[in-house]
Amino acid sequence: MESLGVLLLRPLDTYLEQELDRRCRLLRLWDAPHDRRGEFLRAHALSIRAVVTGGGSGAGGDAELIDALPRLEIIVCYAVGFDHVDLTRCRERGVRVTNTPDVLTDDVADLAVGLAIDAPRRIPHADRYVRAGLWKANNGYYGLTNQFSGKRVGIIGLGRIGLAIAKRVEGFGCPRTRQQAYPNYTYLPTVVQLAAVSDGLVVACSPKEQSRGIVSREVIEALGPRGVLVNVGRGAHVDQPELVAALAEGRLGGAGLDVFEAESDVPQVLMALDNVVLAPHMGSGTRETRKAMADLVLANLEAHALSKPLLTPVV
Amino acid sequence: MESLGVLLLYPVNAYLEQELDRRCRLYRFWESPREEFLRAHAGAVRAVVGNANYGADAALIDALPALEIVASFSVGIDRVDLAKCRERGIRVTNTPDVLTDDVADLAVGLAIAVLRRIPQADRYVRAGLWKSRGDYTLTTRFSGKRVGIIGLGRIGQAVARRVEAFDCPVNYHQRTEQKSVYPNYTYYPTVVELASNSDVLVVACPLNASTRHIVSREVMETLGPKGVLINVGRGPHVDEPEMVAALADGRLGGAGLDVFEDEPNVPEALLGMDNVVLVPHVGSGTYETRKAMADLVLGNLEAHVLSKPLLTPVV
Repeated sequence: MESLGVLLLRPLDTYLEQELDRRCRLLRLWDAPHDRRGEFLRAHALSIRAVVTGGGSGAGGDAELIDALPRLEIIVCYAVGFDHVDLTRCRERGVRVTNTPDVLTDDVADLAVGLAIDAPRRIPHADRYVRAGLWKANNGYYGLTNQFSGKRVGIIGLGRIGLAIAKRVEGFGCPRTRQQAYPNYTYLPTVVQLAAVSDGLVVACSPKEQSRGIVSREVIEALGPRGVLVNVGRGAHVDQPELVAALAEGRLGGAGLDVFEAESDVPQVLMALDNVVLAPHMGSGTRETRKAMADLVLANLEAHALSKPLLTPVV
Repeated sequence: MESLGVLLLYPVNAYLEQELDRRCRLYRFWESPREEFLRAHAGAVRAVVGNANYGADAALIDALPALEIVASFSVGIDRVDLAKCRERGIRVTNTPDVLTDDVADLAVGLAIAVLRRIPQADRYVRAGLWKSRGDYTLTTRFSGKRVGIIGLGRIGQAVARRVEAFDCPVNYHQRTEQKSVYPNYTYYPTVVELASNSDVLVVACPLNASTRHIVSREVMETLGPKGVLINVGRGPHVDEPEMVAALADGRLGGAGLDVFEDEPNVPEALLGMDNVVLVPHVGSGTYETRKAMADLVLGNLEAHVLSKPLLTPVV
């Protein structure tokens, strides 16, 4: 695929970048200063046939970009979520889209369970306590926390990641996890019911418009002062201001959050709380998985260049 | 058991203390200087209640001529002089089972936390670095890592069950292999061989003369620069100065530690390290479990007073 013009929107992974450089005709969007990006795109528009994006909010692949690239054939996402890509526009233009499912399932599930244990048991807080010398200063005292084993875990979205989480928590004796399929986001009451019978609620659904705000104030309150929310999906799934208020006021027991409404902006209020664990969208952030994701991106590009079936198409 | 003189060695739990006060004749060891207390009350003490860090050693047992039972608020009883108790005909009880799940949860929680750097990432976010520096560093996957368990007792088995759900192969070492009971787990006759075949080594055996420093320099070097040590047993299971040096040098990859040789003192060097997670002996520290442990202590004392079989005798 040496003649394939590929536009990389931002630095994602050294190995991926090196391989794209080696095997394709790579253009880096960030070579141009922010205010000259339009010019840059115009200058190279005719040679760009593929775009590689990352994941998370603001990752690129919107209508504006697609419209600026008349020769665009494929958008390859280095992510499993593709909410940042304008699929409608892609379909209209006949632009293919791929993502990186499966290879990151285990890592995201591991992080979800890690957060689910670390939040109620306050492991990061305890670690800070020890490092600050407080264990010694307080003569060996540390408060009590909440148990994880045997708690009822409710999973929103029993897709690949949700299923992997369910399998793991069963090993901790957590009772039969309930799934909540949500073909229509408007079924709020059902998610509320899920929250009402769960001690821990894990958000593992794919980002769709219908699931925006699926974890509402009502759901949060149904989860309650001893409940824990874990989000490894998208910040947009949760009403963030409500979440922050509920945590600060004790209406929600705790939370483990890997995603936020606007990354990397984390509300100041959360930063000061002891009953939350905050992670910088690192669900798939292991060396093993990122290499597998990169290889999948490259394989999809190669399949496209050779007119073979795409490995993991979304569109 | 109103007339039972109970000596509580340390304020280990408010509920336990209240109940002992209400139901027995409670003496609080920390309220007056040791010699003064013994002169005044030694003859009235028929029961001693201690915990992981405060036990009935030979000197104390010798000073209490009326002692009949030591009921420890812990499962580990390495601080109780069992030989002396046997000599004197003193019964000893501990609190097994009720804390198994919490300790196993912590072991797994620590393993995920160390490998995925959850507390470190949480600090990164709270320090505003996600915003200013961008994505957190890549870590390594937990799922599928080979987990080696020293001691496949109640806690060890509970750890094994949990990590199996993450597709972790389970290896173990203890005095005897139990092939028929654990056909899916691989036995190693020495701890060094276990370390050689494991990525994560979990200490889950009781502390006694033969298990002191069972995790030696050799074991840690064999576990290696990518290996992770998880200690939810007792500090003295590990050669602590060697461990600190190995972690500092990179000869040992990382560690998740709930226990230390001299609690609550934690080696200064560990406090600044990024490849460790340190928690203040919280293995059984949940509201749920501490209440269950307290009830077990009270249940054992009551059984003793009523000349009924003890619930969880060790001696």
